[in-house]
Amino acid sequence: MKKLTELCLHEAREGLLNKDFTSKELALDHIEAMESSRLLNAFITETPEIAIKSAEESDSRLSNGTNRELEGIPIGVKDMFCTKGVLTTASSKMLSNFIPPYESTVTENLWNEGALLLGKLNNDEFAMGSSNETSFYGPVINPWKRENEKIDLVPGGSSGGSSASVAAKIGLGALGTDTGGSIRQPASFTGTVGLKPTYGRCSRWGIIAFASSLDQAGPITRNVRDNSILLKNMCSHDPKDTTSSSKEVPNFEDSIGKSVKGLKVGIPNEFFQEDMPNEIIEIWNMGKEWLKKSGAEIIDVSLPNTKYALPCYYIIAPAEASSNLARYDGVRFGHSVQSSDINDLYKLTRSEGFGDEVKRRIMIGTYVLSSGYYDAYYLKAQKVRSLITEDYNKVFNNVDVILTPSTPNSAFGLNEKSDDPLSMYLNDIFTVPINLAGLPAISVPAARDSNGLPLGLQLIGRPFEEETIYSFAKILEDSANFKNIENQWWIK
Amino acid sequence: MVDQMNNLIKGSTGDWELVIGIEVHAQIISNSKLFSGSSTSFGSDHNTQVSFVDAGMPGMLPVINSVCVEQAIKTGLGLNAKINNFSIFDRKNYFYPDLPQGYQISQFEQPIVGNGMITIDLDNGDSKNVGIERLHLEQDAGKSLHDQHPSYSFVDLNRSGVALMEIVSMPDMRSPEEAQAYVKKLRNIMKYLQTCDGNMEEGSLRADINVSVRKPGDELGTRCEIKNVNSIKFIGQAIVYEAKRQIDLIEKGNLVEQQTRLFDPKKGQTRSMRSKEESHDYRYFPDPDLLPLTFTDEFVDEIKKTLPELPDIRRKRFINEYGLSPYDSNILVSEKETADYFEEAAKNSNPKLVCNWVIGELFSVLNKMNKTLEDCPIRAGDLGELVNLIDDETITGRIAKDVFEIMLETGNNPKTIVDENNMKQVNDLSEIESIIDKIIENNPDQVEALAEKPNLIGWFVGQTMKETQGKANPKTVNEILSKKLLNKG
Amino acid sequence: MSVDKENVIKIANLSKISFKDHEIEKILEDLNQIIDWVDQLTEVNTDKVSPTFSSFDNDKGMKKREDIINDGDYREDITLNAPNSEEGFFLVPKVID
Repeated sequence: MKKLTELCLHEAREGLLNKDFTSKELALDHIEAMESSRLLNAFITETPEIAIKSAEESDSRLSNGTNRELEGIPIGVKDMFCTKGVLTTASSKMLSNFIPPYESTVTENLWNEGALLLGKLNNDEFAMGSSNETSFYGPVINPWKRENEKIDLVPGGSSGGSSASVAAKIGLGALGTDTGGSIRQPASFTGTVGLKPTYGRCSRWGIIAFASSLDQAGPITRNVRDNSILLKNMCSHDPKDTTSSSKEVPNFEDSIGKSVKGLKVGIPNEFFQEDMPNEIIEIWNMGKEWLKKSGAEIIDVSLPNTKYALPCYYIIAPAEASSNLARYDGVRFGHSVQSSDINDLYKLTRSEGFGDEVKRRIMIGTYVLSSGYYDAYYLKAQKVRSLITEDYNKVFNNVDVILTPSTPNSAFGLNEKSDDPLSMYLNDIFTVPINLAGLPAISVPAARDSNGLPLGLQLIGRPFEEETIYSFAKILEDSANFKNIENQWWIK
Repeated sequence: MVDQMNNLIKGSTGDWELVIGIEVHAQIISNSKLFSGSSTSFGSDHNTQVSFVDAGMPGMLPVINSVCVEQAIKTGLGLNAKINNFSIFDRKNYFYPDLPQGYQISQFEQPIVGNGMITIDLDNGDSKNVGIERLHLEQDAGKSLHDQHPSYSFVDLNRSGVALMEIVSMPDMRSPEEAQAYVKKLRNIMKYLQTCDGNMEEGSLRADINVSVRKPGDELGTRCEIKNVNSIKFIGQAIVYEAKRQIDLIEKGNLVEQQTRLFDPKKGQTRSMRSKEESHDYRYFPDPDLLPLTFTDEFVDEIKKTLPELPDIRRKRFINEYGLSPYDSNILVSEKETADYFEEAAKNSNPKLVCNWVIGELFSVLNKMNKTLEDCPIRAGDLGELVNLIDDETITGRIAKDVFEIMLETGNNPKTIVDENNMKQVNDLSEIESIIDKIIENNPDQVEALAEKPNLIGWFVGQTMKETQGKANPKTVNEILSKKLLNKG
Repeated sequence: MSVDKENVIKIANLSKISFKDHEIEKILEDLNQIIDWVDQLTEVNTDKVSPTFSSFDNDKGMKKREDIINDGDYREDITLNAPNSEEGFFLVPKVID
């Protein structure tokens, strides 16, 4: 019997409406998948009781016609979203005992539409990382393996648990957050579809803050249509978040299948890296061809300040983080080391509670804001940020969308890069500029590399033009005809 | 020993000039906090006026209270200051148990209000201009109780996030009196504007006093900051002590260290604050959760239209319109309630007389009863009526005092009291004359003595008043007695 | 610019993080590597450029709220996760001013 987990989100939605199966049956299959996939270590907290209880309500609504947009759909939630009454850790020892008495706006929106909480997903500690190796709860293992190899690969980060679970068909979608690429890069590494919406599309209220001017919640799904459905239900104007947009939220699903004839696609030449693997160049060219065939015009464009985006990001993000993480002081919640001196309490709590990468970033952040360095680093970076944003504004006068590879390489092995922070940071080279400019962008699986590992293509759009992105993304997806994992080796 | 003429302090090595700058933290009158919807009322049970935002919980975000913005603009207008249509909120980063976020949302380089100026009124009748450097909005911190437990401090976050206006003066003050006058004036302006209730005991108004000394003409000396002084009296005492401490230090050949100090009212001394000894690097940067605060000139103009008459303008008007002396006007406008009461009472009555009654009898009685004008048993209108009754000679000045007493006790209006108690002034010439005749008749010895001591006529006046229970028109009595006894008139 | 040990200790103090002796060397190395790398921003001419502190597009200025009391008064939830609380207060080691 085909497991219900084989159905994707929109298929399951249809199945439920057609009464092919019940929400409870759907939930139970996903719970079983979750419980038998613990080798991946994608989940920190499994919430089967909550899922079943919600599924029961969903069934009752489906039968009396009061069903909502995501009725009965099981979703995994990155452990950066505060979920009321459910352990929320940010994958850190610092919050290993934190039970929020409030629900984030984005997850609230989903539960209000009938979705079910399957569990809280593992990620890089406080969303800082590109491989999910900095989690206090251990690394997440990528369901993908190199052909004929057994070594464990990283799923990307920081939304490693989100991307791995979706790739392993656990849950019908997952929530991630993207500050410098943390949705798009893991999506590329796991052959899933991940979108970071325009800054301000989703409310940040109740999402544990990493870098306030860059963080955005976004969906990770098996395909483009599912992604558009999930995003629609995540977005809302939230008066509790003044950086939350009051622009109308369109029905993104409507743009799936729309023609891109006559639209223009920009290819930024600065994204060509010197040592770029041929495979990446090849899939990029492939993507160009697919879009050309669909009637879009391909145009070479220039984003002159691209190479400065990474250093710019690695000043701004740690700076904001160093301030956002000051509240973790052992006084009102979280990990706490008792002491008879308040300064010792702070130091012991924070030294024990935070992992190495987090401490590193707090130190960088504190340094670039400190007296004597603020102008040369933080202020300078924010000016460079203006230039980068201006680059994109100019280019978007001439094109409707920009096409680039999502990542400079495919998934690498566990522990391969964890000793060298700088080499880890370079993973984000294609994704980071987008966060600095506040733009929407998606990663769509395009092809497999010579080791059989997924590689993604990124589409970047104008602010609030996720619809255009979805139209183009669907074409890439259809053209790529990407095949998912065949061997589910992780099932026990 | 302070030289009153030019405020110099005599030390052992010569004269010293005192330079004082003041930073006032004023809690804004608003229902809810600056960036959250929690209540701001004073004296509630601990941690009941705390939201997740105030407690700095993970994922929480600030949203600014529009009324707090208006109150800051209003205050800026009252300080004759430049209103900045564009300002930025910055994070001031440091660790302290009463600071849940690990940073305070404040304003650093671009505050909502810029340079301004107020005029302060000194006891000798002089006035002086004191410059305002700036006014900015910021969050208040929570409170720690250190006396509940031997080894722990108890943290209450009720106050965390309440809106504060920090008002920074230029270092223009040169004496403790000027400093006190400045804070009093600031407080008064804000009370007039209803932007801060100025209650220093409850902590809605706190002052940080920066004190330094120098020989006249020299560069500014090293200053020390005396934090959180919460009464006008203590401001004076703290400055006196600190000035002497610094002068003594320097005259003994030592340097004044830049320090943050606290005033101990019991000892009357300032001492260094241990916890603030390490210098802070606050790493100010614009709060990424908040866009810049912007508004239009029109918005500010609309607020300007709603401003009440400010004390200085009101005082000028009292002098011109009511013919009051500058000294009396000053007293009346020094508290908005007093000025309001006075004007209400003087609506239909002789303002100078009303003024005398308010400043004289009323104040003295309220003082004794330990009451304020707010709980004064005599309505302003009634006081005006009392003055009218004296003015039109319905009652004598002496009887008026009795009426006043009864008004205090009963809250009744004076006309009723006079009628009920038969206190009307006796004006009837013949009635008075006959009483006087009787007295003259019954006291021949006094009449004889009068020849030697004409001043004894006072005794006759007294007797007449006694016979008439004080109701006889004193002018008439004097006239008749003079005619009869001294052959005058 | 390179970061020296004294700086690292100062920064660690400001961040309220303590490093053991052997950890200081590693963090010093990491910081230097990263700071040297981000120093490339000095190549960019930003003379007439104003900084971007938020990529939020809002031409109506900062959003505000009405002055109504609609939050707070849930002390139990506030102290629910407190490591050390008593009678509704948060307890911290005594801070002497």
